[in-house]
Amino acid sequence: MRHRWISVLICAAVSAAATTACGSGGGSSQSSDGKTELTIATFNEFGYEDLLKEYEAAHPDVKLTQRKTGQGGPHHENLFTKLGAGSGLADIEAVEEGYLSQVMSKSSQFNDLKEIGPKIEDGRWPQWKSDAATTKDGKLIGYGTDIGPLAMCYRKDLFDKAGLPSDPEAVKALFSTWDSYFAAGDQFIAKSGGVAWFDSSAQVFNAMHNQHKVGYFDQDDKLVVESNPDIKADWDAVTKAALKGQSAKLTAFSPEWNSAFKAGTFATKTCPSWMLGVIETQAGPDNKGKWAVTDAFPNGGGNWGGSYLTVPKQSKNAKKAAELAAWLTAPEQQIKAFQAKGTFPSQVKALESPALLGQTNAYFGDVKAGALFATQAKKITAAQHKGPKDGQLQDNVFSPALQSVEQGKSADEAWKTAVEGAQKAAK
Amino acid sequence: MTAVLSKVDRGRAEEARPRSPRRYRLSKLDSKVSPYLFVAPFFVLFGAIGLFPLLYTAYVSLFDWELGDDNPTFIGLKNYGTLFADGQFWNALFNTVSIFVLSSGPQVVLAVLLAALLNANLRARTAWRMGVLLPYVASLVALAVIFGNLFGTQYGLVNNVLTTFGLSPIDWQADTFGSHIAIASMVNWRWTGYNALIVLAAMQAIPREVDEAARVDGAGPMRRFFSITLPMLKPTLIFVIVTTTIGGLQIFTEPKMFEPAGGSGGGSQHQYQTVVLYLYQTAFQGLDLGYASAMAWVLFLVVICVAGLNFYVTRRTVR
Repeated sequence: MRHRWISVLICAAVSAAATTACGSGGGSSQSSDGKTELTIATFNEFGYEDLLKEYEAAHPDVKLTQRKTGQGGPHHENLFTKLGAGSGLADIEAVEEGYLSQVMSKSSQFNDLKEIGPKIEDGRWPQWKSDAATTKDGKLIGYGTDIGPLAMCYRKDLFDKAGLPSDPEAVKALFSTWDSYFAAGDQFIAKSGGVAWFDSSAQVFNAMHNQHKVGYFDQDDKLVVESNPDIKADWDAVTKAALKGQSAKLTAFSPEWNSAFKAGTFATKTCPSWMLGVIETQAGPDNKGKWAVTDAFPNGGGNWGGSYLTVPKQSKNAKKAAELAAWLTAPEQQIKAFQAKGTFPSQVKALESPALLGQTNAYFGDVKAGALFATQAKKITAAQHKGPKDGQLQDNVFSPALQSVEQGKSADEAWKTAVEGAQKAAK
Repeated sequence: MTAVLSKVDRGRAEEARPRSPRRYRLSKLDSKVSPYLFVAPFFVLFGAIGLFPLLYTAYVSLFDWELGDDNPTFIGLKNYGTLFADGQFWNALFNTVSIFVLSSGPQVVLAVLLAALLNANLRARTAWRMGVLLPYVASLVALAVIFGNLFGTQYGLVNNVLTTFGLSPIDWQADTFGSHIAIASMVNWRWTGYNALIVLAAMQAIPREVDEAARVDGAGPMRRFFSITLPMLKPTLIFVIVTTTIGGLQIFTEPKMFEPAGGSGGGSQHQYQTVVLYLYQTAFQGLDLGYASAMAWVLFLVVICVAGLNFYVTRRTVR
């Protein structure tokens, strides 16, 4: 006990200074009974519990351990710290889309799954999903697990009150382009009596920005924030709408944002598949039937969220780990994970599965949510090239800058701050 | 007598020496070395978790070292140069000092007053004394969540109260001073009771006679407090002020939890980003270990300077 304490203390201190190795768990290979031990590290809910048991039953020579972390943030901080330390990672590490760019910039520390993994049928994933995890020299770093295709969620009752169409088919016209979206917002706030059109500028901006072929960085990882006209155009459109009062000025996932769902202070929400659960939890049973979702999204489709399974080079059983990861990310298994925990599968075949297409959501008026998001998933065309600091720019530079505009800073000044911040972060 | 004794002594010594020189040497070694062994655990632990990280951080700060980088490049003192020209760092330092002043000042004064109250003849004394410690027992994260809700901009209780009294609500997130007050109140809530108990312990160690003598001489309660209690609390106050300084300048959890969505930017324009928060953001989100290490060292020196200054000032002013 005491030994453990001491080593915990030392580990804590050492990793706090983020220095050398402090190996405890990780890729230990053979257990005493000759079985190969594999660990898989995930966060939130991947829905893999039963699947892992199934795999163990089919492969008696393999012993599996799942390390679950509650939240994505700590999971990925642990991932990067232990990458730096050189040991301590699981054989399979889950990576969320938002952190993928940082992982890709360290691709030398991950196995090329094309090389060590089993043969996988062509076209298991949509092109954009596997492209995002493929390095410039063609190495595949991660197998796609789930995705978060974007649709639009909106408050039917508030639309009615403001005299906008509220039927899922009729609202599609409002959500066909960003121009029509903001124009409808103007119409809405004119009659809504203080209710905003969307929750937060940053939420809308991120969705807009992610639709462009080139985002913050060009193909050579050069920062193009200033020279990319698309970004400035998005910025101008969103800040203009916010200044007119379309934004509820909330920070996404904050307690205030949660309360706002109950109070009903905004009418639309950019809505990846997993957001339905969030809305249901936050808006609560009192607001049942008020929210609706439609299979339309301004300027086409988009994706927010979803993960990959990677095999770090630290793993001592990389080949077997890759086999397991390939099995888990096959359409048959991801459908089971979807049934267990609702993670929306990324596999092309899984998008046609009856189990997915038949799924309905009672909170959103029994809408056929599975089929709706499958339609939206097919609208996603290409993956935007992400530079190594892309996630940083989104979370620490552009989102705060947009928030500062909502708090009263002039849009031009905030833009200057954002550009400076981007240059500093990308340096 | 002496002759006899010395003879016996000599005899014993002569007996012992040839019989077992090795045991003698061992026992000599024992008496010389074992005390060091007994104190060694502290120094070994301190070396491993105190000194080593400190020195290694200094080493890392001389490199352009990205977390996970295999071959960091040596850049000498360039990180420090960048740091001193970095507006965000100075802003963070200002925020840290501002929050520190807003929290530590009232905190020490309140702690002494609270201790004086608790030192009086109260009914259910232990209950009161334990009561002031309760905020310290509660988990800091839970506390921060509650305070974050209280100081919510649109649905927070504090703003609700302000508006009922006809005052205009304060944007606790956007306003620099407002956010500092909110965070400082979190710190005060947690630490005042703890410090009060330390001061109370010291107060009870003050000899009754001195106080009674003053009373006989006709000194009132105020006079006795300022001329007897306070000066005799000096060593304890120095301790409290120095530890509060160290803790206050390293403040992290409160501002981190005050950020609504759990970011590390400390507000949309870094209104309440403290040095440690900036350090954390640089190291674990920006993955720039070299720069973060340089920041850690500068903060270390700042803490030493301010703590030393406080030590000196407290010793001078409290007679």
